[in-house]
Amino acid sequence: MSRPLLLVGGRTIDPSQFLDGPGDLLVRDGRIEALGQVTAVPEDAERVDVDGLVVAPGFIDLHVHLREPGDEHKETIRSGALAAVAGGFTTVWAMPNTDPPIDDPAAVGFVRAAGARAGGARVSPVGAASLALKGEQMTEVGELVAAGAVAVTDDGHPIWDGSLMRRLLEYTQTFGIPVVQHAEDPVLSAGGVMNEGTVATALGLRGIPNASEAAIVARDLYLAELTGGHLHVQHVSTREAVDLIESARSRGAHVTAEVTPHHLALTEEAVRGYRTEAKMNPPLRTEADRDALRSGLAEGVIDAIATDHAPHHYQGKEREFDDAPFGVVGLETALGVCMSELVQTGILSLSDMVDRLSCGPARIMGLEGGTLRPGSPADIVVFDPEERWTVDPAQFRSKSRNTPFAGRELRGRVRRTIVGGETRFLEPQEQPARSLTRAG
Amino acid sequence: MSAKTADLELGKDLIGLEDLSREQVLGILDTAEPFKEISERQIKKVPVLRGQTIVNLFFEPSTRTRISFEFAEKRLGADTVNISSSGSSVQKGETLVDTARNLEAMRINMVVVRHGSAGAAGFLADRIPSNVINAGDGQHEHPTQGLLDLLTIRDRFGSIDGRRVCIVGDILHSRVARSNIWGLLKCGAEVAVCGPKTLIPKGIEELGVHVIPRVEEAIEWCDVLYVLRLQLERMDAGYVPSLREYNRVFGVSSERLAHASDEMVVLHPGPMNRGVEIDSDVADGPRSVILPQVTNGVAVRMAVLYLLSGGNPERAEAAKRGDA
Repeated sequence: MSRPLLLVGGRTIDPSQFLDGPGDLLVRDGRIEALGQVTAVPEDAERVDVDGLVVAPGFIDLHVHLREPGDEHKETIRSGALAAVAGGFTTVWAMPNTDPPIDDPAAVGFVRAAGARAGGARVSPVGAASLALKGEQMTEVGELVAAGAVAVTDDGHPIWDGSLMRRLLEYTQTFGIPVVQHAEDPVLSAGGVMNEGTVATALGLRGIPNASEAAIVARDLYLAELTGGHLHVQHVSTREAVDLIESARSRGAHVTAEVTPHHLALTEEAVRGYRTEAKMNPPLRTEADRDALRSGLAEGVIDAIATDHAPHHYQGKEREFDDAPFGVVGLETALGVCMSELVQTGILSLSDMVDRLSCGPARIMGLEGGTLRPGSPADIVVFDPEERWTVDPAQFRSKSRNTPFAGRELRGRVRRTIVGGETRFLEPQEQPARSLTRAG
Repeated sequence: MSAKTADLELGKDLIGLEDLSREQVLGILDTAEPFKEISERQIKKVPVLRGQTIVNLFFEPSTRTRISFEFAEKRLGADTVNISSSGSSVQKGETLVDTARNLEAMRINMVVVRHGSAGAAGFLADRIPSNVINAGDGQHEHPTQGLLDLLTIRDRFGSIDGRRVCIVGDILHSRVARSNIWGLLKCGAEVAVCGPKTLIPKGIEELGVHVIPRVEEAIEWCDVLYVLRLQLERMDAGYVPSLREYNRVFGVSSERLAHASDEMVVLHPGPMNRGVEIDSDVADGPRSVILPQVTNGVAVRMAVLYLLSGGNPERAEAAKRGDA
């Protein structure tokens, strides 16, 4: 194990313990040993001054696409896991829509093993909900869980068959995992490339109506109520879905939800000029939707911020809007976008932002991490809440550059990311001593 | 597009009428006036674009627009090359960027592009130094069509200001409707759209037009009835139950036109589906200005080619005489 590490003089924010204040933090043997007034500091401890910086539980991203196997030119498990720690994430959930998809235990094992070797964030495989993501036959959910899957989804595609969705919500209860849904009616969305509305009308682009998301969310919520299963709604983009989730939860449905930084920051206006870097599914919506997402997040209707990190090669995005692929990268801009768009604007307190990025995801999924409580795994992010920086995609650790935030000045930057007690990202780029010795 | 409003500086390209000012739109129409006469001559050619190479790059089939451009180019003395998607490297999977760069490498001056995807013309314009003229990009815009329609309306009424224009039919899928809406609004017309609700795009009112639900009402209201072609595949896609019913409910017939004002005219961008959106006796009747539209198309395209190639609008008359 590495030397003990003492973070001295930071502002410790841990919503899981209602903590926000000055304090030191001692990491030893991969776990958090002490917090606050640390009295017993081991002699060999490395002391790091984090004055002026925030020390928080490492971020957990419930929604990333790492593209391996199959599209390694866009991202690999390694490059994605390294991009994750650069963004302050200590755990990411890898979606199964790779080529081939992650629909059997061997594939789950591959993702786990490659994730463990990557030396970045912890990589948790999410298994396919149906074989080959076809939406027909349920995968061997129990086998996938035994191999390390943390949830099941057909993400990229919706689980469209209502009967399959019902069975999944029932069957997964044996294993205590959620059914993770990309909520979209593929028929209502057919051919759509952006939000349906005035901007699409002016640009002559085919629209995707809010109802396409809301209709499936409504159906799934009723199925969650019927079955008692855990439904997790991915990338909520509409005001209608926020309302539906809120009312179903008040009736006792076991539902959790996530929202992306880009849906919180941008609207359909970003598409003007046929900007393919603003093309994603679900699409950027209107200001009314964005405001509903922001207040839904602030009020806790939406539990988590997740990036839907979706790397694409520049050749894919450098083309006609209709033909460009959906999706944007998000791991390395998430903190800056959330700080600039949510905290600076007064929508979320710093502590609530940390909750939605760390504790919320851990709590709703019953994961380890998402806390600085002594004895917990030392998954920690240290960030400067004030630092201004300009997004330069060329600096990304991700292999892809498709971001709608290029050139934007953001506030808030990750300085150090610790996974299991080991510093896996450090900014400015002095290599941690341990990595240097390992490299030899 | 770097468009100054004070003069007619159009910039490098013509992508859409949304990007132009009122002065620019009217300036193009004014420039088209002297070019009308060239097509009436025995020898229909002036050397304004002599030595210039123009590529007509058509990724979608088109007869009328391509021929109209080709006449305009040839009557101005340009050398033209036509590329259509069938049999070109486009079908071999070449990207739009690569196609453009290869053309550019052959040292051309202008590209007239028709493409099935909205934004494709602007995409091309941003990536090559040649002038780009949009001859229709997906459901976005078809600016020269809009201009020729404006010219036709102005010919008939003397001015577009204050005229009531209703566009009838498949607004949802129509680039012609969009270019007309922008152009007409800039020129001071009052604009409405009419059609089955399945073919009226969401949020269209926010562009500054109103929606008239019934064609009878539209006919009584307007000075100009602009009838759009109903693509036959819209029926298969379920937007309308049948062409027969479409004709019954929205078809423009002489009986319906009985309630129109005396001076009301009918436009259509062609090609017509006679008996579907428009009946033959209307298409061929006294209110129809459909053939004058086609004639104006050549003059408007000559004006656009001339202006983008750097021509001075005030010297269009001289250019026409051949001494520019």
